[in-house]
Amino acid sequence: MRNIWTIAAREFRVYFTSPIAYIVLAMFAVIFGYFFTTGLAFFLDYSAQAAAQGGGFGAPSLHVNQFVIEPSLGNMSIVLLFLVPMVTMRLFAEEKRSGTIELLLTSPLRDYHIILGKWLGALMLFACLLVVATANIAVLFFYTTPDWKPVAVALLGLLLMGGAMIAIGTFLSTLTKNQIVAGALTFGILLLLWVLNWISSYETSTFSRVCEYLAISPHFEQFSKGVIEVKDVVYYLSAISLGLFMSKRSLEALRWQA
Amino acid sequence: MIAVEGVTKRYGTKTAVNNISFEVERGEIVGFLGPNGAGKTTTMRILTGFLPPTMGTARIGGLDVSEHPIEVKKKIGYLPESPPLYPEMEVGDYLRFVASIKGIPKSEIADRIDSALERASCTDVRGLLASKLSKGYRQRVGLAQALIHNPEVLILDEPTSGLDPKQIIEVRRLIRSLAGEHTIILSTHILPEVSSTCSRIIIINEGRIEASDTPENLTAQLQGANAMRLDVEGPAEQVRARLESEDGVRQVARESGGDERAEWRVEVEKDPSAARRLAAAVVESGWGLYALQPLGLSLEDIFLKLTSQEEDGAADASADEGAEADSPPEEASQADAQDEEALDS
Repeated sequence: MRNIWTIAAREFRVYFTSPIAYIVLAMFAVIFGYFFTTGLAFFLDYSAQAAAQGGGFGAPSLHVNQFVIEPSLGNMSIVLLFLVPMVTMRLFAEEKRSGTIELLLTSPLRDYHIILGKWLGALMLFACLLVVATANIAVLFFYTTPDWKPVAVALLGLLLMGGAMIAIGTFLSTLTKNQIVAGALTFGILLLLWVLNWISSYETSTFSRVCEYLAISPHFEQFSKGVIEVKDVVYYLSAISLGLFMSKRSLEALRWQA
Repeated sequence: MIAVEGVTKRYGTKTAVNNISFEVERGEIVGFLGPNGAGKTTTMRILTGFLPPTMGTARIGGLDVSEHPIEVKKKIGYLPESPPLYPEMEVGDYLRFVASIKGIPKSEIADRIDSALERASCTDVRGLLASKLSKGYRQRVGLAQALIHNPEVLILDEPTSGLDPKQIIEVRRLIRSLAGEHTIILSTHILPEVSSTCSRIIIINEGRIEASDTPENLTAQLQGANAMRLDVEGPAEQVRARLESEDGVRQVARESGGDERAEWRVEVEKDPSAARRLAAAVVESGWGLYALQPLGLSLEDIFLKLTSQEEDGAADASADEGAEADSPPEEASQADAQDEEALDS
């Protein structure tokens, strides 16, 4: 446990001693801020119109959760497609290129200490992004009374989804010495997993249903509405386990090739 | 302390290490000597548990490296050919990280960092980023990293490569000072390096052990010794006495045969007239000379290979220097260092 933490803490610190953390956090803050502000402006405009029309049938459904928080968190998940590869690409590729992987593999560590540590380090940076998002949302609590529970569920969903994406990125980073290759592969595969469910819009075969289940994005929909479904949780946890398991295999293979 | 039995490592069809066996006693300093690509690094990586051997077993302190990797790795300090430093970390933080993954209890870490920095004489760079360190300091921090958990076994891959002559002397002194409490294996392709630091030399070439002996014996063999095989008919004791009395003869040993006729292995100093004088001595004594054959020393070939490679390297370096007349001073001094090394050997 201590070993995992040592590795994770080092990874986390390196993000902040290099420009990576600042670039990722700044990009995220700007883009999420933009989503959030436009969502809020739209909501204010819309509710002003609804008020001018004197309430009516639609009025009670105008809720800040549904109109501001939910869409901005939903859109944010697309931003993650771009940010996760930037976070994960260096995890193993850099160590392989600089030779420091030899230090890790000749220290009294188990492979899973190294892999879990690195995954956790990247996840901690990811959690910082969620803190930025939460700071935006927190502003709403000064002016109105959003329901906090769906927000918490959505954040949990994002954390799970981020964990799954980072696990995939960790695995792809073990495959190469080249960070660009690792990053590009991660982006390509995450994008593919993202759009995999599009096939179900014009097909209803078993294949398309499998694709729909395998896609990353549909599993977040329920979370963003504040609903925790077991199948979604299972999906993300399985993706995390698979990514970490394949990383372990890849690390073992590295010993045989090196 | 270290026991290697029949270790073979293949990469696809290429055999990097071929059925090597050796033992190292506690407190010994053993040098692996061999040209580049001879299998030194592969052997060391197998000992550290970084690479699994294709066949054979490596034991450290009685434990099989592949069966008890964690316990074995706790006993080993390893300095790879390029020190495994993280450029974006400060030296002190880096050593703290290494201490932690080597399993040192939290309460002892600060002390261990201090003593490792001191022993590797790099206390003054503690607060610097690793990316700012010179080659010599990178090597020393690498050593501090290998020493931090006070391992029983130190494995150092080319610990002096790329250092200037002054740094080389310092690192050698440091390594000698570590002997006794640590068992040390180091690799190099420079003969004087091993003869000045090691208690035993293992010469590796093309994945095989060619020789294993003390530096004194090996250098005696390598520098100017030559061997002949003589098949002589005559009373054995007299023949031995006569051969030994000849100038320049170092050692006479009977390889086979009896009192009437025997085959002798005679080691002589390098001298073109040696064969002629030995033949004359036998014939003048009235004995029968059936064969006289110079024996090639494979060690000598290896030695030549080693030294000629070093000269090649120096030639490259000076060529570079010539090509880039306005090269920065650092590069020039490195080239100088290599020249010096070549002269040294």
